[in-house]
Amino acid sequence: MSVLNSKVPKGSIKDKWTTYKDKIDLVNPANKRHIDVIVVGTGLAGGSAAATLAELGYNVKAFCYQDSPRRAHSIAAQGGINAAKNYQGDGDSTYRLFYDTVKGGDYRSREANVYRLAEVSANIIDQCVAQGVPFARDYGGLLDNRSFGGVLVSRTFYAKGQTGQQLLLGAYSAMNRQIARGKIQMYNRHEMLDVVKVDGKARGIIARDLITGKIERHSAHAVVIASGGYGNVYFLSTNAMGSNATAAWKIHKKGAFFANPCYTQIHPTCIPRSGDYQSKLTLMSESLRNDGRIWVPKNMDDVIAIREGRKKPTELSEDERDYYLERRYPAFGNLVPRDVASRAAKERCDAGYGVNATGEAVYLDFAAAIERYGKEQAKIHNIQNPSKEKITELGEAIVEAKYGNLFQMYEKIVDQNPYKTPMMIYPAVHYTMGGVWVDYNLMTTIPGCYCIGEANFSDHGANRLGASALMQGLADGYFVLPYTIGDYLSDDIRTGPIPTDTKEFDDVEKEVNDRINFFMNNKGTKSVDYFHKKLGKIMWDKAGMSRNAQGLKEAMAEIKAIREEFWKDVKVPGSANEMNPELEKAGRVADFLELGELFAKDALMREESCGGHFREESAEEDGPQKGEAKRDDKNFAFVAAWEHKGEPANAVLHKEELEFKDIELKQRSYK
Amino acid sequence: MNLTLKIWRQKDSNTKGQMVDYKVNDISEHMSFLEMMDVLNEQLVNSGEEPVAFDHDCREGICGMCSLYINGEAHGPDRAITTCQLHMRMFKDGDTITIEPWRAKAFPVIKDLVVDRTAFERIQQAGGYISVNTSGNTQDANAIPISKHAADEAMDAAACIGCGACVATCKNSSAMLFVGAKVSQYALLPQGQIEAADRVRNMVEQMDAEGFGNCTNTGACEVECPKGISLDTIARMNRELMKANLK
Repeated sequence: MSVLNSKVPKGSIKDKWTTYKDKIDLVNPANKRHIDVIVVGTGLAGGSAAATLAELGYNVKAFCYQDSPRRAHSIAAQGGINAAKNYQGDGDSTYRLFYDTVKGGDYRSREANVYRLAEVSANIIDQCVAQGVPFARDYGGLLDNRSFGGVLVSRTFYAKGQTGQQLLLGAYSAMNRQIARGKIQMYNRHEMLDVVKVDGKARGIIARDLITGKIERHSAHAVVIASGGYGNVYFLSTNAMGSNATAAWKIHKKGAFFANPCYTQIHPTCIPRSGDYQSKLTLMSESLRNDGRIWVPKNMDDVIAIREGRKKPTELSEDERDYYLERRYPAFGNLVPRDVASRAAKERCDAGYGVNATGEAVYLDFAAAIERYGKEQAKIHNIQNPSKEKITELGEAIVEAKYGNLFQMYEKIVDQNPYKTPMMIYPAVHYTMGGVWVDYNLMTTIPGCYCIGEANFSDHGANRLGASALMQGLADGYFVLPYTIGDYLSDDIRTGPIPTDTKEFDDVEKEVNDRINFFMNNKGTKSVDYFHKKLGKIMWDKAGMSRNAQGLKEAMAEIKAIREEFWKDVKVPGSANEMNPELEKAGRVADFLELGELFAKDALMREESCGGHFREESAEEDGPQKGEAKRDDKNFAFVAAWEHKGEPANAVLHKEELEFKDIELKQRSYK
Repeated sequence: MNLTLKIWRQKDSNTKGQMVDYKVNDISEHMSFLEMMDVLNEQLVNSGEEPVAFDHDCREGICGMCSLYINGEAHGPDRAITTCQLHMRMFKDGDTITIEPWRAKAFPVIKDLVVDRTAFERIQQAGGYISVNTSGNTQDANAIPISKHAADEAMDAAACIGCGACVATCKNSSAMLFVGAKVSQYALLPQGQIEAADRVRNMVEQMDAEGFGNCTNTGACEVECPKGISLDTIARMNRELMKANLK
């Protein structure tokens, strides 16, 4: 019998959430003002949760490491947000969004959570429009949609290529209203360094003021972690430089189970790396795959000629090109899910067909779309026999209107004009589906400690579909947590303020101070980045787009060795009582050095391929699906939730068996 | 390429700062400007010196965290980008590059190149929102059609990343482009109408209280804005304020 209780309500999947909401305990408005809630992180999940909890009347303390909540990395999401509105009348429904998400996640997510997500998705769009989020509209003044990978309907709402920014600014504006009312106390440039438990319940945090270095105690009746994913364990990713796993990892070490760490999304359309100095990778929105066609040359001679600069990609005729996604997956073509698209790019590049000097790049080509749009526009404007130049001009204008900012961004980085020559792209680490284990209430295995958004594991299974991260973040923060947390807090109406002058706070503060003092006094010889880069290389080489038992065992041993070297030889300049970015990084990398090992352990345990987790030992051997990922539902249809036991290698596995009552488990085919 | 960097160093807000010279060698033209700064900092850490503190986060031009004044220009010598999107191909071997923090009374220096921009936060808190609670029964998103033109224009104004380049570049350290952008976004949408008068009055009042200067229409802010926010937003803000005060 597992110690995990998912607390999924009984009843049919369509009624679970409604019935559940009708029956949970509520806190009356007069009592809410005696209850404090801490929210760590102010992205879409944390920002929307902080604002909504404050609107309800709770006293919220919100924390972010940036100088403003508006800068959390949700802001960088480009493409869009899904919602089952069926405004296009193309057959969308709550059930279909639910089905697509479970299938896209390769049947490794919890059905009840995903159904609830699909159910509240439509409310999110209504809420955001009411807040003044300027979504794209059509000429009739109604909301426009686009299509994303892995689905056959148009359900993605967008605000140019800056959807994440606009949604976050919406949540931020809602926060500002509550900050002005005094219901949210905002702590900018603060970093949570540990959680404090009293009688087994989460009752506060220790945070560092990143300007003065002061260590602070903050108490509350519940703690919400909304600190995002752990993609920076790879050093190079599309995450922000400061994105880190410290808050999530600290609660893990204090009793929160960590689920499915090996489920990582490698996004297919990123700008390829250019050199060793590279500090991060830049994503080009998946929306580009609506109109871009992905290819490499068919002939090796052309590959070599292109790499040596003797040939240009535009000189290759149609039959000299291999549109490998269209060839392998005729039904979904360039819009296959991210994991499938990434592996297909790696397959071509591993076979030697990569088109840049590093051999790690494929083309994303807009020439066909420009021509198609150009001809369409010529018709609309009644231009008879348009010249090729005119068609290109008209087509480029449409492509610019749709993706202009992305094209500009590409040109600034790569110094090539993507209207005239195909973009070069390659997969990069982008999102982590794994994270802190939570039950249906989004509570972790620490009572009173919640985890929402990318930081938890719940909704995306082994692979997240495009435009679903924004949906989940806002669903958790606006529409789920504010209900479920009330059920827990209804027991706390007579508790009164949680004091911070207690032994529990003393002890955790001492742990935090000891670690900071260690960094300041350890006169090592190597910078924090030195260790982070080493860790990242192991993760990418041995726990990246494809994994095998041998490599993962090596990864575990090598990460452990780096961790030991780190604690002996790391060098942190400056002092603890001032702004010290190197000290901040040291703490984060120390946690990544543990998380990375658990990641490899989890990947080693999961002897199947599913979603973003591809085990070379588990691929289809023949038939039409040859080479595709092979899932093992008999042995691995479970959530792997790890309990911390000192060292990452000693973590204990707890299984939450996944039941599929409303969806039949099938091989995920996009052919 | 080999470069000389002249960088503003300041221990904290209470200590006087000064320009300090550094040398970096073998910089690739494909590096971003901040990657060049990383190289310098790695060099400083390895030689036992304190690295240069600077704000940065997303490194893809959207979070608005990075904020360097490079060779006398906010976000450096390229147009329509943030510092993190600036690449070293804009410079040449042997160049001397001057790097300073944003300079404005309302943006005090915290350390080295890091400034305090919380004045922007307080302006937003004064009225940069629509008063709507979260609930599952807000009216349908398509209930009020909004013309594509108005929606697009609102989006253009909403594209502001709050970096503060407009303030840094303005000879009066005016924040009117920033405030104008936010006021414009809501003024262009039907949802923003109800609170329009109070919003513009409160935001402008807070802007003045923070010590930002006035606009004298030189247009430098528009030129340096990484997101191309138009001067029209300032005109719209003034119009909105006039309307509000006549009510």
